[in-house]
Amino acid sequence: MTGATARHRELGLTDGEYELILSLLGREPSATELAMLSLMWSEHCAYKHSRKVLRRLPTDGPAVLMGPGENAGVVDVGGGLAVAFKVESHNHPSAVEPFQGAATGVGGILRDVFAVGARPIAVLDSLRFGEPAGSRRSRYLLERAVAGIGHYGNSIGVPTVGGEIYFEPSYEQNCLVNAMCLGLAPHERLIRSAAAGPGNVLVLLGALTGRDGIGGASVLASAELGEGDEEKRPSVQIGDPFAEKKLMECCLELLERELLTSLQDLGAAGLTSSSSEMAAKGGVGLEIVADRVPVREPGMEPFEVMVSESQERMLCVVEPERLEEVLAICERWETLATPIGQVTDSGRLRVLWRGEVVADLAASVLVDECPLYDLEPAEPGAGIVLYGPGPALLDGGQSAAETLLTLLGSPNLASRLPVFEQYDPVVQSRTVRRPDQADAAVLALPTGEAIAVAIDGNGRRVACDPRRGAAEAVLECAANLACVGATPLGLTNCLNFGNPEKPHVAWQLTEAVDGLAQACDALGVPVVGGNVSLYNEAPSGPILPTPVVGMVGRLADPSRAGRLAFSAAGDAIALVGAFEPVSGGSELAKLRGEPPAGPLPELDFESARAAHERVRALVAAGAVRSAHDIAEGGVAVALAECCVAGGVGASVTLPAGLDPFGEAPGRAFIVSGPAEALAGLDVIGRVGGEALSIADLLEVAVSELRSARDRGLARFL
Amino acid sequence: MRFGVIRFPGSCDDVDALLACRRVGEAELLWHADRDLRGVDAVVVPGGFSYGDYLRAGAIARFAPVMAQVAEFARAGGIVLGICNGFQVLCEAGLLPGALLPNTSLRFVFRQVALEVASTDSPFTCGCEIGRRLSIPVKHTTGRFYAPADQLRALHAEDRILLRYAPGHNPNGSLDDIAGVCNEGRNVFGLMPHPEHAVDPLTGSVDGLAIFESIRAHVAGRALV
Amino acid sequence: MRARVLVKPKAGILDPQGQAVERALPALGFTGVANVHVGRLIELDVEDPDQLPEMCRRLLTNPLIEDFEIVDAGSS
Repeated sequence: MTGATARHRELGLTDGEYELILSLLGREPSATELAMLSLMWSEHCAYKHSRKVLRRLPTDGPAVLMGPGENAGVVDVGGGLAVAFKVESHNHPSAVEPFQGAATGVGGILRDVFAVGARPIAVLDSLRFGEPAGSRRSRYLLERAVAGIGHYGNSIGVPTVGGEIYFEPSYEQNCLVNAMCLGLAPHERLIRSAAAGPGNVLVLLGALTGRDGIGGASVLASAELGEGDEEKRPSVQIGDPFAEKKLMECCLELLERELLTSLQDLGAAGLTSSSSEMAAKGGVGLEIVADRVPVREPGMEPFEVMVSESQERMLCVVEPERLEEVLAICERWETLATPIGQVTDSGRLRVLWRGEVVADLAASVLVDECPLYDLEPAEPGAGIVLYGPGPALLDGGQSAAETLLTLLGSPNLASRLPVFEQYDPVVQSRTVRRPDQADAAVLALPTGEAIAVAIDGNGRRVACDPRRGAAEAVLECAANLACVGATPLGLTNCLNFGNPEKPHVAWQLTEAVDGLAQACDALGVPVVGGNVSLYNEAPSGPILPTPVVGMVGRLADPSRAGRLAFSAAGDAIALVGAFEPVSGGSELAKLRGEPPAGPLPELDFESARAAHERVRALVAAGAVRSAHDIAEGGVAVALAECCVAGGVGASVTLPAGLDPFGEAPGRAFIVSGPAEALAGLDVIGRVGGEALSIADLLEVAVSELRSARDRGLARFL
Repeated sequence: MRFGVIRFPGSCDDVDALLACRRVGEAELLWHADRDLRGVDAVVVPGGFSYGDYLRAGAIARFAPVMAQVAEFARAGGIVLGICNGFQVLCEAGLLPGALLPNTSLRFVFRQVALEVASTDSPFTCGCEIGRRLSIPVKHTTGRFYAPADQLRALHAEDRILLRYAPGHNPNGSLDDIAGVCNEGRNVFGLMPHPEHAVDPLTGSVDGLAIFESIRAHVAGRALV
Repeated sequence: MRARVLVKPKAGILDPQGQAVERALPALGFTGVANVHVGRLIELDVEDPDQLPEMCRRLLTNPLIEDFEIVDAGSS
């Protein structure tokens, strides 16, 4: 075996992939080319195990302006305005260094959004950690990841308006940090990443390029580097929100003045992926003089410059006659701007270094030629336990009141305030509903209308039944939007799974994608973009399959945006939607130590959609004073949450046979309002008093509910 | 009247302050590198993370070219309002006494807090009554007001503490629950809470308007003299 | 010359970072630790070291809340 073939394996390429490279090139790749190819053909960049299955997702809809394939998806929100949004994972970096990993995750998703020309207006996060009670590591990851998200979002002036956090043992080694960003732009300001116009100048904007994130490619370092030099290659990327704030304002001003032909952010695989994608999408070539790239440290090699993942950088294409004006604006924003090359008509990505060609590849080889693999899914046989049982906190011997208090105080259901207090939810003066006020965040638009956004995912339920569990995530997001009166426009997803080469993980992935597709089709909500994170595994096994869904909707009147709190004593309380919850996959089952297994309730999309429409209409008409979807912990927990939020009690009688703690998320709601407004609904009780009283089941003071809910997560932070 | 809101690299609440000022008058942004206040009647140094808050919050912004003009404007009796990071900048610039230290929690805190008006003898609180409660959010990591004993005594003796956190609402460990103080001339005021984020019933409370309306009333009254 | 400026909280000022570290060390089994203070280190090359104290007073520290110490780190 030659040195070169040994090297490709160290870089993560299979022998078959390397053979294909040899035949596509008709020669051996140079070191720089091999580095570039190994990253572009990685799972992270090429989606080689997921691309085929992702084709099953519906991507068209009346509001879609940009779909998957751009830096972010974009939907029309009326009045000539568009909202761009995307969710992306930063799981592995966060497991290594949670503060910087989470911070740079936020930084990266912000760049994706302003890369399409939209001003970032909101961030949400979906986080997963191991059990905080038993694990010092999980508490550390939680505390530092939250601090990192806050550090970046707060410093850059983009509000963090929502998110979710769950704790399960399978995330102990592989925490999940998924960040979602929304941006706002007039239609005419939107820009694509496709490079165009041979002779136009390629300009690198932002931070200096260092050896950040070179990682695996470092095996290519020339032999001249001595022992110990490995330490000079930081695997942790450090985020600089101040640099990004200036970069963002600079890019937005450049776009406002219509000075750019195309714009792209630098993410994974740095210059290599951004330039090759710009070239391939535009059907043009790019020539990069890599030694013009301003570097942070001496002695960097061309392959390091080409694959560095240094943060806070963007790449743009500028017509030569506009270059001077571009550079002047960058200087005003204290943002470094360096012409590093030009657009050509060759269709090739050529990299020069000190006058020599170090890489010369067809852009399509980098972007399109990576082989796509078929998954080999196999449903685990009956009786196979994929995820073990957890510790049992309840054994069935407790009263309903004790059970309710334990649920409210469990880390998965407790108040998120200790986390949300570390984020700024109000900067930019658009936030109509902050976390804890409603099931979805609501942001006012300059048109007088508003958008709503929610993010959801429940790995435990997906583990029980990947198809139904994933569909439930879509239903729950849509239900959250309905509670504030919003109609869904589109969604983004992040598919966090284990090793897809394992048949049962492949099965989870394909089933989950099918479930997402079914739910999207049924609700008429297109997928406009997303991200896949595979190989989330520890020696003990894969994470729970965790598709995370972020959904954006629109509502006409922000002053009527729904709230979740019961507010007026004497109001009637009604149950909306067909609701046949079961215990399998529930939070209560978890607290009883049961493994995530067993059937989930059947999906009846038509009935769920009708319930959403009913609640949306009630809220939008201003007919109800509160609306809340029934999710984890079942109807008893939903009622308790409405009581605690409003500081007022309630007396209800549940329909006969309804499991008070059973779950069927995304299908049913609790609403409250004047009795006459709720006529025709299934009224189950009244708001009032100082306790939550469920007939023949429990009576607990609201103060007691609140204190259980307040302590549940706070005690670990 | 016309407000000028300074924009530093890293300002985040500059546009929010601009929108709040426009509820009571005219307002424009002033660029940090310009040495011109363009004849505004009042200057707002807004919140955010000027210069990334690197070194110390406000330490670098105070040397921005525009700050020399702000200092001169203040010495001449001009109205200067510093909010959050702006408060930190004004303390660093020596236009206000004391300093802002990291919160005792060592964490960023966002919270809707209750404030009490402690003095109405200022252009910033003249439209309020003593003891009036204002619901206004705080959001900061470095907001614990500190002043050496002699400065603190002077602040009390000269009635220069304009706003306090209501009992139980001190979010950061500030001395004597101090939320905002003014200079000796009473024309420069800094506070950690964000009145510009409490001006619209759609997005929260409207209690912050009291500060901006007080300024407008003061400037209008001054114009009559 | 290469200089180091050590910045630390002024004596008597509440230093929650120092307190947090002081509380954490015994939890890891390190006993007999007291008076922990967390400050910061600024390294710089300066042509005229005599300017250092003024740099410290005007920018590198806030004299109201911080003390500093200048250390010669040897030639650069």
